[in-house]
Amino acid sequence: MMFKTLMLTTAAFAVSAGMALADGKVIGFSQIGSESGWRAAETTLTKKQAEERGYQLQFSDAQQKQENQIAAMRSFIAQGVDAILIAPVVATGWDAVLQEAKEAEIPVVLLDRMVDSDPSLYLTAVGSNLVHEGEVAGQWLAATVGDKDCRIVELQGTTGSSPAIDRKTGFEKGIAGHDNLKIVQSQTGDFTRSLGKEVMESFLQAENGGKDICALYAHNDDMAVGAIQAIKEAGLKPGQDILVVSIDAVPDIFKAMADGEANATVELTPNMAGPAFDALEAFWANGTEPPKFIQTESKLYTQADDPAGQYEARKDLGY
Amino acid sequence: MNTRTLPLFVTIGIFLAGCLICWVQFPNMASTRVLGNLLTDNAYLGIVAVGMTLVILSGGIDLSVGSVIAFSGVFIAVMLRDTGLHPLPVFALLLGLTTAYGACMGWLIDRLAMPAFIVTLAGMFLARGAAYLLSIDSVPIAHPFYQTLQNAYWLMPGKGRLTLIGVLMLLTFVLGMIVAHRTRFGTSVYALGGGEQTARLMGVRQGRTTVLVYAFSGLMAGLSGIVFSIYTGSGYSLATVGTELTAIAAVVIGGTLLSGGAGYVFGTLVGVLTMGLIQTYIVFDGTLSSWWTKIVIGLLLLVFILLQKGLLHLSETRLAARDA
Repeated sequence: MMFKTLMLTTAAFAVSAGMALADGKVIGFSQIGSESGWRAAETTLTKKQAEERGYQLQFSDAQQKQENQIAAMRSFIAQGVDAILIAPVVATGWDAVLQEAKEAEIPVVLLDRMVDSDPSLYLTAVGSNLVHEGEVAGQWLAATVGDKDCRIVELQGTTGSSPAIDRKTGFEKGIAGHDNLKIVQSQTGDFTRSLGKEVMESFLQAENGGKDICALYAHNDDMAVGAIQAIKEAGLKPGQDILVVSIDAVPDIFKAMADGEANATVELTPNMAGPAFDALEAFWANGTEPPKFIQTESKLYTQADDPAGQYEARKDLGY
Repeated sequence: MNTRTLPLFVTIGIFLAGCLICWVQFPNMASTRVLGNLLTDNAYLGIVAVGMTLVILSGGIDLSVGSVIAFSGVFIAVMLRDTGLHPLPVFALLLGLTTAYGACMGWLIDRLAMPAFIVTLAGMFLARGAAYLLSIDSVPIAHPFYQTLQNAYWLMPGKGRLTLIGVLMLLTFVLGMIVAHRTRFGTSVYALGGGEQTARLMGVRQGRTTVLVYAFSGLMAGLSGIVFSIYTGSGYSLATVGTELTAIAAVVIGGTLLSGGAGYVFGTLVGVLTMGLIQTYIVFDGTLSSWWTKIVIGLLLLVFILLQKGLLHLSETRLAARDA
């Protein structure tokens, strides 16, 4: 009897799941993980966007592992979803699974990060121009420092990931031609607060207790927030003794900017799903092929841009 | 059914029950596509788990395998990029290297009478460090031979793909079963895991067996590295972090006694597939946090450890009763 009831309930569940599948499109979303607040906001906004448009979102968190993302993509294909969104954890190694999606005629949209596969294997990629972000940060620093000598320490993102490579290149481009600006230390903080703090501590030790450092450039705000903590613990004033510039524009960096502990951030909008869904809708409606890269805006925020107000506007996004 | 085979039957039972739950809830999970994915996505894990099974049967542990897989991928990618060699000689070179690496760890464990845990932990850091030395960036593999390997699959009815690496995993399990259950070396491994005293009484050459078992694990880790590089088409020094622990979990869920001496290679295959099934279920559901994979695996591990303790207790009391 127990068994029968159990089977009936499970069957009812299966039927209701089937009903949900019937209306609206089903989208598979393979997210890297939740390593930073920005990524959590991207996840929240993607879920929100899907709900508003009446899609059913199949969400899979890869916990920073490519093998999990490939497995999730294969499962989405086996499920027969209508489209796949993926934020790839690393640039290489996607050819085979993208090919499989293409053969199953499932459009794939890359979010926020690029892959090195042939562009014919995916519908489009939505992202900010990472090199440009780094460049905006570099140009701001060059303009702020002026003619003074400036020794810069750099906190890189996850080794080998495209944002780490491009934000480094962009920043170097931004400060090129200013010989008084020099990057003296550069190491990975893996995009996390805790490593940002840890690596900054070693930078401070290496650079005469931090007295020789004029500016910090972090590849994301989370590492900058961690580093600010380390600078404070070393008895220096972040934002004054050491200028802090980073990328992403998460709420906490606005809080730090309002307190005068950070100087500037370049926004990477977490709403990547909006443009992705727009492109998909046009594609489904009449087969419109979107451009292979849809660029989002990279806006610079400084202490003059009402950081307290920006914090209020962003804090509920799930960062 | 005796206490030796009970864990194996429990493993198989759990897997079949898992299949049933999946099928009832998501009828479209019963497709050859899902089956093909299960084999392909877990190929590297399965292969490395075969080596791990032998190591655990011998009463040891090998924590270096995850790093060795990452090292293998980077080694292959860098070799193919910087030299004009064909992948096949590179594979041979790599397998020689990882086998020797495993043998060295085995030799240290035996000669210095050090816990396997410490020696292979050092091996884990060394291999990961060596991978970083070769390249900190992820290196794509563009060799045409790799394309051939990646596109080598048999299209099953229902569009599922039985890939080369999936088949390779199954063959590795067959090899593992033969080595463990049909050779003298296999018997020595079981004897060693049953206790050094027993092994000595049985005339097992302890040093030789220890070196060989870690060499075998190194070989499997190298092979798994090759499979992983085919799977992702690249070499990345941050890949497969924690895979050694996943492999150990698969072995234990597969019914092998963590203290050594009892278990079956086939159980490990079922263990690997069970873990893959959980992951697939969570993706099909689409609303569950993927951390549930870890939670369910954790619970399964607990069940098996308790089961093993219970069985041990049972056989001890039975022995005591007979003596009395």
